[in-house]
Amino acid sequence: MAANIGILRRPVSTEGVWGWITTVDHKRIGILYGVSAFIFFLIGGIEALLMRVQLAQPDGTFVEAGTFNALFTMHGTTMVFMVVMPAGAAFFNFLVPLMIGARDVAFPRLNALSYWLFIFGAILMNFSFFKAAFPDVGWFGYAPLTTSEYTLSSSTDYWVLGLQIMGIGTTAAGFNFVITILNMRAPGMTLMRMPLFPWMTLIVSFLIIFAFPPLTIALTLLLFDRFFGTNFFDTAGAGADPLLWQHLFWIFGHPEVYILILPAMGIVSDILPTFSRKPLFGYTTVVFAGAVIAFLGFGVWAHHMFTTGLGAWATAAFAGATMAIGVPTGVKIFNWLATLWGGSIQFKTPLLFALGFISMFMLGGLSGVMHAAVPVDTQQQDTYFIVAHFHYVLFGGSIFGITAGIYYWFPKMTGRMLSERIGKVHFWVMFIGFNMTFMPMHILGVLGMPRRVYTYSVDQNWAGLNLFVSIGAFIIALSILLLIINIVRSARKGEAAGMNPWAASTLEWAIPSPPPHYNFAVIPTVRSQHPLWDEEANAVEPPPLPAHGEPHMPDPSYWPIVIALGITMVAGGLLIWQANTWLGLLVIAVFGFVGIRGIYGWVFEPVAEESAERVHAHH
Amino acid sequence: MQYVTGIDDHRTSTGLDNRKLLMWAFLGSDVMFFGTLIGTHLIYRNRNLSGPQEEILSIPITTISTFVLLMSSLAMVLALAAIQRGNMGSFRFWTAIVAIFGSIFIGFQMFEFTEFAHLGLTPRTNLFGSTFLVMTGFHGTHVAVGILWLWSILFASYKGKIHQGNSLQVEIAGLYWHFVDIVWIVIFGVVYLIGAYGAEGRALEDIPHAARAVGIG
Repeated sequence: MAANIGILRRPVSTEGVWGWITTVDHKRIGILYGVSAFIFFLIGGIEALLMRVQLAQPDGTFVEAGTFNALFTMHGTTMVFMVVMPAGAAFFNFLVPLMIGARDVAFPRLNALSYWLFIFGAILMNFSFFKAAFPDVGWFGYAPLTTSEYTLSSSTDYWVLGLQIMGIGTTAAGFNFVITILNMRAPGMTLMRMPLFPWMTLIVSFLIIFAFPPLTIALTLLLFDRFFGTNFFDTAGAGADPLLWQHLFWIFGHPEVYILILPAMGIVSDILPTFSRKPLFGYTTVVFAGAVIAFLGFGVWAHHMFTTGLGAWATAAFAGATMAIGVPTGVKIFNWLATLWGGSIQFKTPLLFALGFISMFMLGGLSGVMHAAVPVDTQQQDTYFIVAHFHYVLFGGSIFGITAGIYYWFPKMTGRMLSERIGKVHFWVMFIGFNMTFMPMHILGVLGMPRRVYTYSVDQNWAGLNLFVSIGAFIIALSILLLIINIVRSARKGEAAGMNPWAASTLEWAIPSPPPHYNFAVIPTVRSQHPLWDEEANAVEPPPLPAHGEPHMPDPSYWPIVIALGITMVAGGLLIWQANTWLGLLVIAVFGFVGIRGIYGWVFEPVAEESAERVHAHH
Repeated sequence: MQYVTGIDDHRTSTGLDNRKLLMWAFLGSDVMFFGTLIGTHLIYRNRNLSGPQEEILSIPITTISTFVLLMSSLAMVLALAAIQRGNMGSFRFWTAIVAIFGSIFIGFQMFEFTEFAHLGLTPRTNLFGSTFLVMTGFHGTHVAVGILWLWSILFASYKGKIHQGNSLQVEIAGLYWHFVDIVWIVIFGVVYLIGAYGAEGRALEDIPHAARAVGIG
């Protein structure tokens, strides 16, 4: 069979750099996602700090207006698409198969393809820095302002194509986790016995596969306008609707908000019971609240467009839906509080971050409900009040939740504990820095400071608060430094974690830390929501390997990275095509062939190089 | 080819094969894909500043191509039934028919696009040109991918890689093919019929005139 594959034999080695490039192991892909997200977090953070230096005093001259536009564009795009989403994906990948009792995801190679598309798309977008400039159209890229009539710079093309490629990878990952969670659960692991994190992953995956197609289309239409002269957003010449982009973008963009926050809600819902030593209060309610949030999330997009003049009826309907979505969110918050109530609370670092999440996310949620009231929103539109609101949700919510997850599952991923002492200092520094940075932005917004301005004058009386905010931003940076120190220290001399350092109840703690590549020597049979609390035998040690040895896992594969390279370079060819038609067409043809060859190689690849006959015998 | 993920038995929680469930999820997602394209087209109806618009749609011609595409779905059903019975000859015949009927449909579409270009409608002409040609172009791309897929399956069957034992491969391709057909039914109804009969200032008796415009009727 190997001869049919042609030049590339299916690799067998999992060692070294090639082992990582060709890996299809969900745990390694999770680590790749996590490390990539952290690197982009540092990049996006530096972009934020540069903006805060510029705004620290009135009439700042640290960066120019154009550079400032690029900074807020790349800060937003990076944090949404290259940090919070892949950080969520890191947890999905590493944890979901472990938590539902599976040996891998449903489609391991598709999983690898998702990662490579994400990282190549992110690199392509950032590559614009070397060819033109950073994109400077905002993370929402409003057309018609982004059509070539108003934005000549090819940096916008990099933004469109980079986002498109990352989106394809994300959608593929969404399919993978829908199938994995619906179909790969261990015997007895019914949906209503799943921990909350896999539940929220399932809901997020459904959001992804239904919310990303509108973005894909919006980006495609914009691309066609810019490259081929179609008229989708040509308001002046062809009578196009100036709001079309905003509708398409926010039909994606609001579900995206829940794609960013629901993973953190899942993390927190699994951490609270462990450190309260009692089951999650109202498990079923929390699950259904998550599902209701996802459904309603598709019906509130126009609250991003209240000031565009949609008319009273449309505005009222979207205002009502937006207020309604606060209800299931509130249900979750009460469930979390009731979980803590009466528990034997252990104030470990993961719990501190989880409590930080609940309190800060609640503040962000409350200011969100304020925006549901249209007259209030009209007043606050495009001011720093909005910046404050969504940072309370996305930093106070997502990032606090993800950090809680890092402290909670780091021992499972690496086999070593993080320092509790540094962790607690990290929490308080981050908590104080976060509130110093974003709380005053509410006031600045009410005082009238607009978003996205690169400077302000001294007589506007915003100077003191802005300096305070900038100091807060650097305190957040300090807290991230503490996290890095903690991780480095743990790698050198962290104490061994053992199987279940937190005495938690879910399946991932029933196997060694770090888990063997096949996860479970024997697939467990689940009898309750808390297999490790309800069955003492499970909590002690994993069952021994069966007599026929280690479970057989699929071999690594080159094809995911080959296909991702083909797709990315076809986009690269489009960019070259603008400057040099024939060279561009050549690149598109060559890498289009590479991509299609990759698909055929993938389809006819045996499960394992040496076992082609064995697989054949299965049928 | 069966992509086992290390679980020794192939039991799944729902009893459905992973790949089949993946195709259903993909089709669900594709509904949003085409929904967005068709929605954009409908929003932009009757907003054109210049150039030809819906009156140039030919219902008679498109009725023929729609019929051909529908018959290809029938052939797809027969192809799947044949391979499930283990009748490879019949399977190959009907699979070839699906692919050929799909190609005829693409041929009609190319004819239509060329005629429209002669009548002065390109994607750059006006809103109708942009939305109609990009929407139907994406549908045509889906059909073309399906044709390539079916030829690949046919070819693989001669190499012994597609047989009664893994007829699921054919079933999954069939799911895709039927979905692409269904999308066309929606486009034919919503874009062609409502478009041609509901265009501003047009009465039913004008329709044959539209057919003449592209050389038939």
